[in-house]
Amino acid sequence: MSSPAAPSSADRPSLAAVFRAFAEVSLSGFGGALPWARRMIVERKGWMSAEEFNEAFALSQFLPGPNVINFSVVFGSRFGGAPGAAAALAGLFGPPLAIVMVLAILYARFGDIEVLSRILSGVTAAAVGLLIAVVGKMAAPMFLKRWNSGPVIAIFAFIGVAIMHWPLPIVFAVLAPVSVAFAWFKK
Amino acid sequence: MNDSPLIALAGYFALLSLFAVGGANAAIPEMHRIAVEVMHWMSDRQFADMFAIAQASPGPNVIIVTLIGYHVAGFAGAGVATVAMCGPTCVLAFFVARVWDRFKDAPWRIAIQAGLVPVSLGLIGASAFVLARSADHNIYAAVITALTALVGFASRLNPLWLFAVGGVLGLTGWL
Repeated sequence: MSSPAAPSSADRPSLAAVFRAFAEVSLSGFGGALPWARRMIVERKGWMSAEEFNEAFALSQFLPGPNVINFSVVFGSRFGGAPGAAAALAGLFGPPLAIVMVLAILYARFGDIEVLSRILSGVTAAAVGLLIAVVGKMAAPMFLKRWNSGPVIAIFAFIGVAIMHWPLPIVFAVLAPVSVAFAWFKK
Repeated sequence: MNDSPLIALAGYFALLSLFAVGGANAAIPEMHRIAVEVMHWMSDRQFADMFAIAQASPGPNVIIVTLIGYHVAGFAGAGVATVAMCGPTCVLAFFVARVWDRFKDAPWRIAIQAGLVPVSLGLIGASAFVLARSADHNIYAAVITALTALVGFASRLNPLWLFAVGGVLGLTGWL
């Protein structure tokens, strides 16, 4: 494991460079920005080694909330403290926000138009399919492993939220401790 | 909480932000429950449309909260929903990042992370179920969903192509 200590000031990227890099990542990241973040930060800019990236990524996954947003804060703060985190976050969020606001206004005005709603229903059907693919990729290693608590917990979470329509915080408060306890005692 | 939509948006999304383990897609069913079933801010169909717009736009998928906020209360709603959903977790990330080295190898940290994976899997599965029910209202839409799922599972094709194909097929009016 390499030391995650802050790099020397010589190779520390400027706030503007961090902003631009994250803006570019966010604009190329259709359906998940993290692979693009890795390409940019590890392969193109060399701002982090692969191990440093993996470590920052593990932290982003550990925290609640969208992983790529956590990652931008973790990365930005490591290189430039609070201003660095703000620059990375602004880069990640600024351009997509501008685009999505335009789409929101168009949808509010033209969402009822027959042609647009037909196109949208096709895009929605495809987007749901992609989500199912994500579920499949996550589920495969867990369900194929010899007996473990994972599938049972996942199925309970699914039933509680999708079928019973229980509030997420309640389902989470019941299942998360049980699942963490299983993970703890399995070692 | 029903007095002002801005307060409701802020409260719901700030709470949700801390339970969104597994990212924005794990929080979709709760957003749907609040926006469609509890608050009646929008129809099932409108929610599914917003999911599609958020997925097909560049940037983090969590941007669906911006669309929901705008629908509920215009620009102010968009701003409040976005800040509420991202603010708490960003602040948490900022402070945890500073002490991460101290507990990154701790057994309890590893157990928590491993234990949360099945929970987020179940939640993302629930997202797919909730959305499929509102999106796949006939056999053609269900077939597109199934085919996209297979292609997405088996290949690393850029999702944008699948959205484009879905949009064109939608245009034919079969869906």
